[in-house]
Amino acid sequence: MADPREKMLEVDHIRVQFGKKRHPFVAVRDVSFDIYKGETFGLVGESGSGKTTIGRAIIRANPLAAGEIRFEGQRISGRLSAARDRQVTRDIQMIFQDPMSSLNERAKVGYIVAEGLYAPGRHCSEEERRQKVAKALSDVGLLPEFASRFPHEFSGGQRQRIGIARALILEPKLIVADEPISALDVSIRAQVLNLLAALQKERGLTYLFIAHDLSVVRFICDRIAVIHKGDIVELAESEQLFAHPLHPYTQALLSAIPQPDPIAERQKKLLVYDPSCHDYRVDKPVWTEVEPGHFVLGNQRELEGYRKMLTR
Amino acid sequence: METQQSEVLLSIRDLHFKFTLRGQVLHAIRGISLDVMRGESLAIVGESGSGKSVLVKTLMGLNDQNGFIESGQILYGGRDLATLHTDAEWQSIRGREIAMVLQDPMTSLNPLKTIGWQIREAVELHQNLHGEAARKAACEMLAEVGISDPERRYKQYPHEFSGGMRQRVVIAIAMACRPKILICDEPTTALDVTIQAQILGLIKEMQKKYDLTTIYITHDLGVVANVADRIAVMYAGDIVEIGRCEEVFYDPRHPYTWALLSSLPQLGVKGQPLYAIQGTPPNLFHEVKGDAFAPRNPQALKIDFVKRPPMLAVSPTHSARTWLLDPRAPKVEPPEHIRALRERGRALRQQGEVTSHG
Ligand SMILES: Nc1ncnc2c1ncn2[C@@H]1O[C@H](COP(=O)(O)OP(=O)(O)OP(=O)(O)O)[C@@H](O)[C@H]1O
Ligand SMILES: Nc1ncnc2c1ncn2[C@@H]1O[C@H](COP(=O)(O)OP(=O)(O)OP(=O)(O)O)[C@@H](O)[C@H]1O
Ligand SMILES: [Mg+2]
Ligand SMILES: [Mg+2]
Repeated sequence: MADPREKMLEVDHIRVQFGKKRHPFVAVRDVSFDIYKGETFGLVGESGSGKTTIGRAIIRANPLAAGEIRFEGQRISGRLSAARDRQVTRDIQMIFQDPMSSLNERAKVGYIVAEGLYAPGRHCSEEERRQKVAKALSDVGLLPEFASRFPHEFSGGQRQRIGIARALILEPKLIVADEPISALDVSIRAQVLNLLAALQKERGLTYLFIAHDLSVVRFICDRIAVIHKGDIVELAESEQLFAHPLHPYTQALLSAIPQPDPIAERQKKLLVYDPSCHDYRVDKPVWTEVEPGHFVLGNQRELEGYRKMLTR
Repeated sequence: METQQSEVLLSIRDLHFKFTLRGQVLHAIRGISLDVMRGESLAIVGESGSGKSVLVKTLMGLNDQNGFIESGQILYGGRDLATLHTDAEWQSIRGREIAMVLQDPMTSLNPLKTIGWQIREAVELHQNLHGEAARKAACEMLAEVGISDPERRYKQYPHEFSGGMRQRVVIAIAMACRPKILICDEPTTALDVTIQAQILGLIKEMQKKYDLTTIYITHDLGVVANVADRIAVMYAGDIVEIGRCEEVFYDPRHPYTWALLSSLPQLGVKGQPLYAIQGTPPNLFHEVKGDAFAPRNPQALKIDFVKRPPMLAVSPTHSARTWLLDPRAPKVEPPEHIRALRERGRALRQQGEVTSHG
C-alpha cells in the first residue's frame, strides 16, 4: 500500500556505537523509522535504551557506524557541503534533555536564546533580535526581563523553557524534542504542549518527541515507537498502541503509567517484563507489520500469538 | 496504611528567603509555615519557579551564595537551623539528619570514583565502620537497594550503570548515612515508568525499615497519588493549600489547585488545546499584593487583589490560603473537572464507610 503522506525524515537501519573501535559499545543496534511531514512521532522506552543517541544522530552530533538518515529525501548523515550543512542545521533543531547542564552558564539568557540568529547567512538587526527573544520567552511562559539573567539563577523548569525558546526562535522544520517538558508543572506543560501544537498547525512543523511521561505522549503523538535496549520493539498509531499493546515490554510500560488519582494509583497492577521470555535461539525475531500501520518485533511463534490477540 | 503521625519532627515558622541579584532582591519564599510529621511522606507540588527546591535546600543550607534567610525559624531536634551559616555548622545535619536525592543521579555521583568507594565513604563517615567492615556494609547497602551481584558492581564506575541503577546508588549513599529525613527532588523524572515504579517502591521500603520521613518534590501528580500521605501546594513562594492526599485530590479548595488539577493531559481531547492557566506567575522582584494567584484567576474576588488571605481550615488536617473559605465570601463554583473529582471522592468515602461498618 503506497502511503500518500510525505516523508520528512527517514532513519534507515542506523547503528550508533561508542568507545574503542575494537570493543565498541553498541547503543543503537539497527533502528529504522520514518517521520511524516507535519506529524508528531513519539519515541518512548527504558532509560538508557538509546533515545537521546538517536536524537543526537539526527542532528548529526553522533556519527553513524552504519545506515543512513535522509531529510526531505536527501542524505544528511556523513559529510555535507558547507552550505548544505548550514541549511540542515537551521532546519533541524533539538531541545536537549537535561535542563541543568545543557545551557552555557557564562552567557546571559538573552544571548543563549538568540544564539542561532547570529549564524552566518542570517541577517537580523539588533532590534529585531531583541523582539524575537522577548516573543520566544513569553511564548514559553517566561518574562522578557529574564533575558538579562544567567542560567544558574533559574529553577529547573525555567531553564528547560529557555532551551525550548532557543530552539523555536530559529523556526526550524523538524524539532527533536528530548524530554522537553519533564521538569515543568502540569499547567506550564499544558501551555508548552499547546504552543507546540499551534506551531504545528501554523507552520507545518514536525516533531520527534522523546518522553517518559506516557500520558503526555499519548495526548500529543500521532504515532509512537517503543524502544528497548537499542531495538525498536513496537510501533503503531497512538490509540492503537494504547488499546492493543502487543510486545510484552510495551505492556509492562503501559501498566506502570502513574495515575493522578490516589485510589486508582494504589490499586494499580504492575506487569513486569522479563527479556528471557523470548526464545530467539532458533526462531529469530523479525520486524513485522501485523496489521496496517502496527509493527512489532517478534519471532514466528510470537507473531502468531500477537495476530490472535488482535482478532480477539 | 494509617499510622500515627502526630509528632512534629521539623517545624518551619514564617520563613522568608531572598536572593540578591545585581542590586535587586528576589523574594523566593514569602512567609511559609510548615510542620513535617515524623514518619510521614509529604509531597510538595506546584508552579515551576514557586520555590520548592529553594525551600528544601534551606533545610540543608544548600542554597546559592547570593541567597539568605531574612527571617523565620526552622526548628529541628531542639535547634534552629535558620541560624546555621558555615559548612562546619551544617556538618552535623547534612547527610546525617537530612539527606537529599536529586533528579539527575550523575550530578550526585563522582564519575572518577567507583560506586563502592562512594558508598563506603558515606558508611565510614556516618556509621563509624572501617576497613573490611565498611566494605561489607557498603556491599550490603548495594544489595539492599536491589542491585544484583553487588561484589562485582562494587568495583564499577557510574558510567557503567544505567540511569535507574545510578538513582539506586544515590539512594544507597543517602541511606548509608542513616538520615531521619530524606528529601527527594524529582527523584524519578529522568527514568522510565517501569523503573520509576521500582524506585518509588524502594524508597517506601526504606521508609518502613528505617522509620524515615520523606519529602518529595515532583510535578508528576501520578507519583504524588502513589506516595503522599500529605500534599503541600506551592505558588509564588508560598504554600497555598495543604492537606491529606485524598483531601487535596478529591476536595481541593484553592483556585490554583483547581487550575493545576484541570491541566492534566489525561483530561485532554486529542487535537484540542489542553486547559492551561492564563498569564505568567508574578515577578518575585516586586512585592506581591493580596492573593498572588488573583491576576490569573478569572473568578478572583475584589479582596484578592488587596489583602493576602490567611490560611483557613477546611478540616483539622486540611487548609488553604484563599478568601473563598471566609464565611463572608460569595459562593464560587469550582470548574467542572473539580466537581467531578468531588463526586468521586464522596462516592469513595461512602463506599469506605459501608465496608468499614460491614
Ligand atoms: N558519549 C557516550 N559515550 C559512551 N556511552 C554513551 C554515550 N552516550 C550514550 N552512551 C550510552 O548509550 C546508551 C544509550 O544512551 P541514551 O542517552 O541514548 O539513552 P536514553 O534512551 O536517552 O536514556 P534516558 O531515558 O535515560 O535519557 C546508554 O547505555 C549510555 O550509557
Ligand atoms: N541563585 C539564584 N539567584 C536568583 N534567583 C534564584 C536563584 N536560585 C533560584 N532563584 C529563583 O528562585 C525562585 C524559586 O526557585 P526554585 O528553584 O525553588 O523553583 P522550583 O519551585 O523548584 O521550580 P521547578 O519546579 O522549576 O524546579 C525562582 O523564581 C528562581 O528563578
Ligand atoms: Mg535520553
Ligand atoms: Mg526545583
